[in-house]
Parts: sequence; C-alpha cells; structure tokens
Amino acid sequence: MDSFLPVQVSWTPQTAASGSDFYPYTNNAGTVAGISGGDFCVMAADTRQSFGVGYLINTRYQPKMFKLSNGSVLGTSGFYADGLTLIKRINQRLEWYKHAHDKEMSTPALAQLLSITLYSKRFFPYYARVLLGGLDLEGHGVVYGYDSIGSYEPCLARATGSGGSLIQPFLDNQIYRKTPLGILQAPHTLDQVKAVMRDSFTSATERDIQTGDYLELFIITAQGVDVEKYDLRKD
Amino acid sequence: MNSILNEFKSTSALCEEELHDSLYDWDTANGFALPTFEFPAVHNLNRFMKDITSASAPCQIEIQHGTTTLAFKFKSGVIVAADSRASQGNYVSTSSVKKIIEINPFLLGTMAGGAADCTFWQRELGRQCRLYELRNKERISVAAASKLLANMIYRYKGMGLSMGTMVTGWDKTGPKIFYVDSDGTRVDGELFSVGSGSPFAYGIIDNGFDFDLDVPSAIDLGKRAIYHATHRDGASGGTVNLYHVKPDGWARIGRWDVEDLHWEFQDQPKPSPINSSVIG
Repeated sequence: MDSFLPVQVSWTPQTAASGSDFYPYTNNAGTVAGISGGDFCVMAADTRQSFGVGYLINTRYQPKMFKLSNGSVLGTSGFYADGLTLIKRINQRLEWYKHAHDKEMSTPALAQLLSITLYSKRFFPYYARVLLGGLDLEGHGVVYGYDSIGSYEPCLARATGSGGSLIQPFLDNQIYRKTPLGILQAPHTLDQVKAVMRDSFTSATERDIQTGDYLELFIITAQGVDVEKYDLRKD
Repeated sequence: MNSILNEFKSTSALCEEELHDSLYDWDTANGFALPTFEFPAVHNLNRFMKDITSASAPCQIEIQHGTTTLAFKFKSGVIVAADSRASQGNYVSTSSVKKIIEINPFLLGTMAGGAADCTFWQRELGRQCRLYELRNKERISVAAASKLLANMIYRYKGMGLSMGTMVTGWDKTGPKIFYVDSDGTRVDGELFSVGSGSPFAYGIIDNGFDFDLDVPSAIDLGKRAIYHATHRDGASGGTVNLYHVKPDGWARIGRWDVEDLHWEFQDQPKPSPINSSVIG
C-alpha cells in the first residue's frame, strides 16, 4: 500500500490505528477550464501530469480531456487513474444508451448521468474534479461544473483543478464581467473566448507548479470537435 | 446424440430469452430498488471518510457546502427562501446554487450541508413520490414524503452524509414544513432556518413575524432574513431565491442579488461604478 502514498508526505491516514492504511489516492492535478458561448463551447486543459504533492513531473504530455461519443467533452483533473476509470464507465453507459434508444445521449442528460455516477461512489469517491462541455438541445454551448461527489451546475465559465482558483476569478472578470456592483454580461465571440482561455492558462502556469507544458483547446460546435494545441512554459 | 443436441438447443433458447429480457424488459426488482453504493474495503468507514475529507490529506476530497435556508408558515401558505453560495473550505465554488429543490410541483426541499447529498436524495425522493402517486392514485402527504426521505437517510447514519433539509408542501392537512437531517431527526414545525447563517435569519424572522402577514410582507420578511444572514455570515451570499407554497402547488417568486438588496434596505442609492473607487 505504501506505493500509493505520495513521496515527501509525513501525513498518514488515521485508519492506520484501526489496522488499515488504506489511502487509495494520489494527486496528479493539472487544470481544466470551460467557457460556453451562443453556439459553441471551448474546453481547455494543460497536459502536465505530476505525481502527488512531491514536485515530480510524470510526463509533459498526457491529455486529460476526452471527446465522448455523443460529441461532448469531459475534462478531469485530480487522480488520473480515477479520471480514466470514470471516463471508461461513462463511455460504456453512452454505448448502452445508444443501443437501447438508437440515438446519442444529449449533453444535459449526460450531465445528470455523470452526477449520479459520481454519487454512486459517495462513500469511496473518485478523486476527480471534472468539467463537462458540449451543446444543449437548442445547440447553445453549455459547461457543467462538478464537485467530487456529483453536485453539479451549468455555468457560463468554470475552471477547476490545481489552477482552478487562479483562473476562475479571471473568468468571472472577463466572461461574467462581474463588478462590485453587478454583472455586465456581454456575448463573446469564439476568438475572444479562445484568447481568454490562452491568457488564463499562460497566467496559471506562472503561479501553479502543477500546470504547464502544453495547452489543449477542444472547440465544440455543431460541426464537431476541433482540437488545438499550444505551448505553455515548461519549467 | 439427440440428448446432446437438445442440450445445445435449450442453452441457445435460454440465451435468447436472457438477451430479450435484458434488452426489452423493465427489470421491476432493480428498477424500483433504492440506490446502491460502492464501499471501500476498510474496517472503519467513518474513519476513512474523515481521512479523505480532512484538510491535511494530500488529496482532500472537497465537498460543496450550502448555507442559509429558511421556511415559515403564515396564513397564506409557506415562504421558502435561501441564499445561493456554495463553498469548498474558504473557496466560494459557485454563487448561483439552486438551494430550493423542486421535488415535484407540490413539494419543495431545501439544501444545507453537502450539496450533492441534498440534491441526490431529494431527486430520489421525487422518484419515490411519483411511484407512490402511481400506486395509490393520490398525491403523497408532506408527512409521508418527509418520512420516506428520513428513512432513506437513516440507513446511512454515521457514514458521513451531511444534510439539513426542510420538506415543505401543501396537502390535505394544509401547509406543512418538516425538518429532516442526516442524524435522523424529523420534526413537524411552523418555522425553521437551517445552515450557518440560520441564527441571523431566525433573528429577523422572530422580530418581524406575524401569522396574519399579507403575502407581499411575508415575501419581504423572507428576503430580509436571508439578506441579513448573507451580510453577517461569510459562508452565505450571492442571491436570495424565494418560493411561495400555495394550495395548488408552489410558485417561484423571484431571485434578488443581495448586493442590490443591501442598498435597497439601507435606503441608499446604489453607488455607480465610477464613484465606487473613491469610497472608503
């Protein structure tokens, strides 16, 4: 069980006292963000994978966003293995749904499915902070933000993961236009949103040790999903 | 030889039948069952839950928490109001949570404690209430609905669920409020407030309450109570969401940003963004 414990950690689980040192998580962190627009949705994530709270970098390129069969995109940060397992379960449920109903699951339905899938592990949670992006039934962009056990909410712009708390205030300012005295919302074009995303990650990379290397943008429109890749600092 | 053939025949027929069942038939036993959960193979689940949610854990599972909610009865029904802030530790994870959960057109639930716990179990309660309606050809009472919820939750007592909720509605017996929480408490009452901001909300309600209040005044009282809670409690904020429970179901009255309410209740004009930089 020791190999599960991150290096350089003096903390041990209290369960040790009751005869078990079961601590099944490690933090591979990284940042995921999503912004929804009138007829598009942009999901973004860095590609660095770190190991635990030690400062080790496992790899500089391990994508943590996944295109699902119904055209939406699921981004995960936290424990990569849990994220992968979650993706596997979701993909399987999507396939069952397709065979049972002869159509693809809608993004809002998938959002609810993801919520109850996370909650089915309420007592043994996935250590995954996830973000779901796609188009709703009317073709408008949607981003759904989650906590680890399935509380979720549709939002205009959302950032999560290790750099999430650095990026979210920037999105509140640039996308929500939240001022001390109210919200001055304005519609954004795809180019504006992409520029905000790139700036967000460039800045998060400056201050978060677990974010960096490359930025991947998944641009979701009615035509499909385009993937763009950009460089981030590699230190 | 024939016996061997028959063996194969019957097996393949069985397979087809099983395939048909799994593809086309509603599995009654599973379909109506309560949700099931995966558990870690540990001796002490409570300890495990504490470990993984502890702030000193290397991978802290941070759960979104909700904060000020209230519900009170008056002559024209029930007013239900809540703030909209969800926090994970000191981080405000969202300011637009719907803490008043629409269980069905006649029942409302409120969210305090773990956000996922409240939404999941009240969605499940909605399903159970619908089944009750189909089986009994009449709507479930608020008492029965709240008891379904309390009993479901009681199975997981001491395992880390966190929810403090008010189940409200109007049934044959009139307007009803039941407080239900994850410890197993279930009480019928006239007025409740739940969450870290509840002491402030109670103060305002107790001060301004009168059973004979007209509807606009009752709405105003609920609004003020939540506003004052968001003003004094750091873990509450965002907007006030307010519902009115009436004999023919609930109605959503509105949503107000507490910053707008602040200036309204102070009886002062809201400062313009240009001047605000020199205040202070």
